[in-house]
Formats: sequence, structure tokens, C-alpha cells
Amino acid sequence: MSLLSLEKITAFYGASQALFGVDLDVREGEVMALLGRNGMGKSTTIKVICRMLRHSEGRLQFAGRDIAALASYQAARLGIGLVPEGRRCFASLTVAENLVAAARPGHWDIGRVHALFPRLAERHTQSAATLSGGEQQMLAIGRALMTNPQLLLLDEATEGLAPVVRQEIWAAILALKHESGLSILVVDKSLQELSKAADRATILEKGETVWSGAMDTLQPDITDRYIGV
Amino acid sequence: MRRETLLNAVIMGALLLVPLWAWVADEPFTITLATRVAILSLAGVGLNIALGLGGLVSLGHAIFFGIGGYAMGILASHAQDYSPLLESPFLIEGTKSMPVIWLVAIVTSALAALVIGALSLRTSGVYFIMITLAFGQMFFFFTISWPAYGGEDGLSIYVRNGFPGLNTLDPIQFFAICFVLLSLALFASSRISRSPFGLALTAARQSETRVLTVGIDSFRLRLVAFTISGAITGLAGALFADLNRFVSPTMFSWQTSGEIIIFVILGGVGRLFGPVAGAALFILLEHFLGGLSEFWQIYLGFLLLAVVLFARGGLIGTLAGREVAHD
Repeated sequence: MSLLSLEKITAFYGASQALFGVDLDVREGEVMALLGRNGMGKSTTIKVICRMLRHSEGRLQFAGRDIAALASYQAARLGIGLVPEGRRCFASLTVAENLVAAARPGHWDIGRVHALFPRLAERHTQSAATLSGGEQQMLAIGRALMTNPQLLLLDEATEGLAPVVRQEIWAAILALKHESGLSILVVDKSLQELSKAADRATILEKGETVWSGAMDTLQPDITDRYIGV
Repeated sequence: MRRETLLNAVIMGALLLVPLWAWVADEPFTITLATRVAILSLAGVGLNIALGLGGLVSLGHAIFFGIGGYAMGILASHAQDYSPLLESPFLIEGTKSMPVIWLVAIVTSALAALVIGALSLRTSGVYFIMITLAFGQMFFFFTISWPAYGGEDGLSIYVRNGFPGLNTLDPIQFFAICFVLLSLALFASSRISRSPFGLALTAARQSETRVLTVGIDSFRLRLVAFTISGAITGLAGALFADLNRFVSPTMFSWQTSGEIIIFVILGGVGRLFGPVAGAALFILLEHFLGGLSEFWQIYLGFLLLAVVLFARGGLIGTLAGREVAHD
């Protein structure tokens, strides 16, 4: 059963159209990759899902209900946890405070987040602004998990991080996939890592879904055409 | 001990010891000054929750200060001349009991803050400042033109209201009441700032979108903060009225709102003891510079400029260092 489904979603930034018909569905417990070159509408799609941008046409459903009318915070309460692009932590709060501020009761608590990212436990009382990029990313993921979402959205979670740190983040994503029944929608550029983690993929080109299917059926000719550099 | 904790202890200690010394030395005026500091600090502690934690620059906190003041004035004036406040549908009489007056002040100012907040918080930035100012002016002119309670001349209460077991006319005992209430408010404020609610409020000040995406309704968050903030400032208004045994529309004036903001900025925005340090400095300046010149506020203006330009953390920030790093 699909947890999240987008059908023919179109969206505008002011007068300019950014999405021309995005179809996407994420099933319960699966990891879905959202692929495409820069500027093809991946982040816009994420914004629409989080209700930070209103779509103009199409159907948007989450957990069996239409969420088009919901405000951003209501969508989040329903179970959509966003890890925003660019590691946006609450810089004026400590690591622990970042986690507590977002917390809602459920499976994920501080102990489980610390088990997933031991580095956050070490940095517990440190101000979030003093963390390294990788640690901030871990904190952003931890913060999203603390809201106990059904669907985790990872927008460019490993962008601009050192290779070693990227491995840690990917290991955590794999751990999340195997441990909990969490559904994950990942936007990322590294196909190699995604092929290990993702079950299925959707490719966007100029604001439209051009390909959807199982990750292992993603052939080089398709990746060359839509993603390759 | 952290430097800020130490500094806070010094400030609180001074605020307690100076009036005690004045009591021993029989200097009642100094006790009154300290009582003023305690009460105005309390008003600042209230504003600090909205301004410091929530980043809400309210130029209308005089509303709550004034409502607290008039709650005391109206209840006490009816008790004073033995006329009921309301006869039908049920009888409400005035009272000279401080706890009852405080309760009424807190409840009415919280209600006012809830309504004003619900309307004003739909805006932000400079529009929020303007709309709170507009509400303040509405209340100001309403009290001026409301003859039943003194209009422009205000209301005088001849005997200070009573507190069970204490002689409130004795300056040191009244000071003790204000000091205890200030301490309670500071305790509550420190608990609030460390609670998930306070953390979310701090986070929302920094980035509203990030807060929304973790499922927090930033409007409701700010509305609750604004209401708590108004309630505390309202309590301070009731005490201030009792200190002077007089209420007037001046309590509602925008200058009063400005002064409460000055306490918070001088002391340090968002710092727990910022309002106490700010109010103390303000009263000291008013007392000593006011003795030198009628136009002492010009020096206050320079000081405020200096703080805003060179010492953004205010008095506490300058003496105790920056609390947290910002991006």
C-alpha cells in the first residue's frame, strides 16, 4: 500500500512553473530514491510534500488522506519528517535541545537517536552551531526522527560532506531501513550508494516524472540520459 | 559556577541586601527604590518571554501593565467607598486583598494578551510593532476618556491593599512581597526557557520554516508565549499601582511600553536576569542623573545607543560573555 502518493502534481513559484506533472509513490517500509539533475524539481517536490509550497493541480495523498489543505506543521504532525537541504539545525540551541524541541512521543527517543549516531551523544551539551557539517547532518536526521515520522524525507543529506562522513550517514540510512518500518524518500546524487539503499527510484526531468521503477532495473542508458554528467 | 550564574546571584543579592541595609539604617526611600526595581523587573521578566525567547517586539506591553494597574485601582476604589462593582445579574464587590487583586490582574491581562496576540501575531516584524502600538494607544485613550474611574486624572487609593499576615504599609514588608513574586517569576521564566516549549520558541525565532517542518504550530507557540508574557506584566502592573497607591492612563502610554523594552535591552535580551539588571540600572540612572538634570533621559539615550551599537548582549552579555553561538 502506498504511504505517499503524488499524481500529476504541478506547482509554481510565482508566475514561473516549476513542476509540470510529478507522479511519485512511496510504499510503506520502502526506500525510494528521487533522482534528476540540478533544477529538475526534486527540492520543489519535497517542498510540496511538506506543504511549504502549494501545488496548483494534481492529487497529493499521505497515509490515505488528501493533505493538500494542510499547513506545513500539520503535515509534519501527520508523520512527514523532513531533513532539509543544507543541514538546517537550530543553531542557537544545543544538540540535546535541538532533539528535545522537536520531540513527539513514539519509538524514537534520545536514547535511540544516540544509538544511531553515537557522535551526537558525545556532543550532547554542545551548541549546534559548533558542530561539523557531518554532525549537523546527523543532528538534522536525529531531529526529524524525534518527531517519530512515518515517512522520512532526506533532501541531499550527504551533499558537501567528507567521504568518511558520507559513509556514516549512508550506514545510518541503511540501519534505519533494516531496523524500523520507516519509509524513506531520498534525494541524492550518488547512484552507487543509492543502489545499495533504495528499493525503487523515480527520475524527474524538467519538472516531470520521466521514469519510475525498481532500483535494479535502472539501466545505464537511462541514467546517462537523465542523470549522467 | 558559570559566570552568568555568579552574576545573577550578585544582582539578586544586591537587590535583597540594599533594602535590608536601608531598613536597618532607616532609609525608607531606598527601600521604595528597590521595590520599584523589583516591580519593573517583573514587568521586564514578562516582556522577556515574548521579546527575548520569542523575538516578538511588542510595543504594547503597557496594555498589560495598565490592565494590572487598573484591576487593582478599580477593585480597591470600590472597596474604598463601599460601592459594589456590579449589582446585576450578580453582586461583585471591590476588594482590598492583594492575592485576589493579583489573580484578577493576571487573568484579565492574560485574556487581553490572548485576544491582542491572536490578532497581532498574524503579522510580523515592523507590522507587529505597529499593531501592538495601536492597541496600546486604544487602551490609553479609552482610559483617558472613561470618567467612571478618574479619566485623565487617574484613581487614588488611600490605603495600600492588604496581604494576610503582613503589614503592607511597612516598606520592607511590601518589598518582601514584590521580591518573592519576582523570584517566582524568574524561576518560572527559567523553567519555561529550558522546557521543550521554550526551546521551540527560541528555535522559531531563528527559523520559522524549520520549526514548522518538525510539526510545531509556530502561531500557537507564540500566542501562548505572548499570553504568559502579558500575564506576568499584568501582575507587575498591579504591584506598581499598589506601590504608588495611584493608577492613571500613563500606565497605558507607549512610553511605558518603551521603558519595559529598555529594561530588557539594557540588561540583555533573552537573558534570564536581563530585565532585573536593566530595571536596576534604569532606576539608578533615573535617581542619580535625575538629581543632576531634569533632562536625564538624554544620557539614557546615549547609553541605549552604546548598548545597541557596542554591547548587543546588554549588561549581562557584557559582564558574563556570550551565552550561545549564533550562525
